[in-house]
Amino acid sequence: MNNVIETIQITKTFHMGDVAVHALRGIDLTVTPGEFVAVMGASGSGKSTLMNLIGCLDVPTTGEYYLDGKSVGKMSRNEYADIRNQKIGFVFQGFNLLARTTALENVELPLFYDRTGRIKNPRQAALAALKRVDLGDRVEHEPNQLSGGEQQRVAIARALVNEPAIILADEPTGNLDSRTSIDVVSVFQELNDQGITIILVTHERDIAQYARRIVEIRDGHILKDFSVEKRRNAREDLAKIPEEE
Amino acid sequence: MLQLKNLLKAAFKSLLKNRSRSLLTSLGIIIGVSAVIVMVAIGQGSQTVIEEGINSLGTNLIIIFPGFSQSGGVSRGAGSFNRFTFDNVEAIQKDATLVSAVSPVVRTGGQVIGGTGNWATTIYGVSPEYFKIRDWQIEDGEFFTERDERANKKVALLGQTVANQLFPSEDPTGRQIRIRNVPFKVIGVLKAKGQSGLGTDQDDLILAPATTVLYRLKGGRWVDMINASAVSTASMQAAEDQIETILRQAHHLNPGEDNDFTIRDQTQIAETASETSRVMTLLLGSIAAVSLIVGGIGIMNIMLVSVTERTREIGIRLSVGARSSDVMLQFLTEAIVLSLAGGAIGILLSFGITIILNHFTQLTAIINPQIVFISFLFSGAVGVFFGFYPARKASTLNPIDALRYE
Repeated sequence: MNNVIETIQITKTFHMGDVAVHALRGIDLTVTPGEFVAVMGASGSGKSTLMNLIGCLDVPTTGEYYLDGKSVGKMSRNEYADIRNQKIGFVFQGFNLLARTTALENVELPLFYDRTGRIKNPRQAALAALKRVDLGDRVEHEPNQLSGGEQQRVAIARALVNEPAIILADEPTGNLDSRTSIDVVSVFQELNDQGITIILVTHERDIAQYARRIVEIRDGHILKDFSVEKRRNAREDLAKIPEEE
Repeated sequence: MLQLKNLLKAAFKSLLKNRSRSLLTSLGIIIGVSAVIVMVAIGQGSQTVIEEGINSLGTNLIIIFPGFSQSGGVSRGAGSFNRFTFDNVEAIQKDATLVSAVSPVVRTGGQVIGGTGNWATTIYGVSPEYFKIRDWQIEDGEFFTERDERANKKVALLGQTVANQLFPSEDPTGRQIRIRNVPFKVIGVLKAKGQSGLGTDQDDLILAPATTVLYRLKGGRWVDMINASAVSTASMQAAEDQIETILRQAHHLNPGEDNDFTIRDQTQIAETASETSRVMTLLLGSIAAVSLIVGGIGIMNIMLVSVTERTREIGIRLSVGARSSDVMLQFLTEAIVLSLAGGAIGILLSFGITIILNHFTQLTAIINPQIVFISFLFSGAVGVFFGFYPARKASTLNPIDALRYE
């Protein structure tokens, strides 16, 4: 079976004036379908840069990157856009939903830019994605009418709607309280149980414990890469935390 | 390329999200478009009024003034100044085959007393053919005849203004008036003509036989000018040439000598007048067009602000797979929709203003459908032109930076 992600010695160097900042110094990372990988590291470790490269938002300085078996080395801006549209679903720390736009329309957004026509009925697909994250009854709500956890669920539905090869979540719990964080992670776990590949970037060790595999990054290198022995179950943990009034 | 329908839908949605800002942004276009249409409408309205006024002067009118022709030459001095006599008029009547009617005009001013008041007006001594030439209609009574003229009869026709001044509450026909103390009998009242294209009151006059005015009021033997009618519009020039030949003969001018008279016709007068108002229309229209461009700059300004403000939105769209061209098209579509909507509102506004102008002011405004169409197209072009730079700016944003933008 193809690897979903395979990076071979990718590096990224930023130039800030005369100073060269080596954000990534040669990363080999392979992710197979169905994995749930937590990428951990302190701020400045290079994990966000790695995320941007994997998400085709940025181009590596050197090295090779295969996404879903295809090399994404030298491509035009448009081809990158199309890859983001068809292969990748993003979930961000700040939710990044369009303001004054309903949940349904937010989820439909990626399909608006889909040129393949592979999804016949965008509205139906968006509704289905919202149902998968348990928001079937909030489709007409706008972001400011939704709680933080609900907003992040909308974002997850948006990441799901185009049937991507992988979901990339960049600090998805960074803006949420601990209870809501676990709630959002439980959504990821459920999706992963259904076979969806997920990479979750976080600096919280607690959150990383819900993944199946943890990759630790420091100073642009992979420090550790190990499977989680005893994966925690977010649903069960959630049941233990008393619900607030 | 995204479907146009979806693009338009997205543009409308985003503009409706910021209703008041959208309205304020397109205000420049609204004012610009309506200004262009209304200004040109006023210009064309006054042009029409002037043309109508000139047509009311008479049909195929030729006016012959004494004095040197405009083409100039060596001045022969005041002593050699030749005016017209009744003989000249008769010569034209006899020999100019393309002239259907000719009349001398003897003009004098004076105080007129009669009925319940007195009034200073101009008295025109003319022949009966003058009514045809100048297209005068009678409202009451009758015109004087050739016999009246031959007999130097002291009869007069009053213009509406004079009739109203002297006889505000009674029928003037058959009454006596005194012009500069000479008694005249009023035999009729002329139908009103209203203002001329040049703004003078055409009804402030008295018409009387030319001979009477010359011999009883003015004295001397000179006719002030000659009015004539050509048989048709097409033969105006030929008729003028005939008149020129006859008058040159009568005034004993040698070949090569300049005319000592000037022939002008209605078309020349009309051309001068409508040329003036055309220049006015052009001037008003171009000033208004400048405001359209200023409106376009307003759109560019707000769109640029909007691009900065919506950086994060652009980042989101790019991250879910929008191409640069998609973002560019989105902003361009918004700019075009904004300016076309402004154009449409401006057109409606200009219709409203025109109706108000025509009903409540002295101005006549006539909307030119061509100008409406052109200014609508122009507002669209303004949208494309001034929307392009902001749209391009939006499309070149880096998705990572855009997403991080606070």
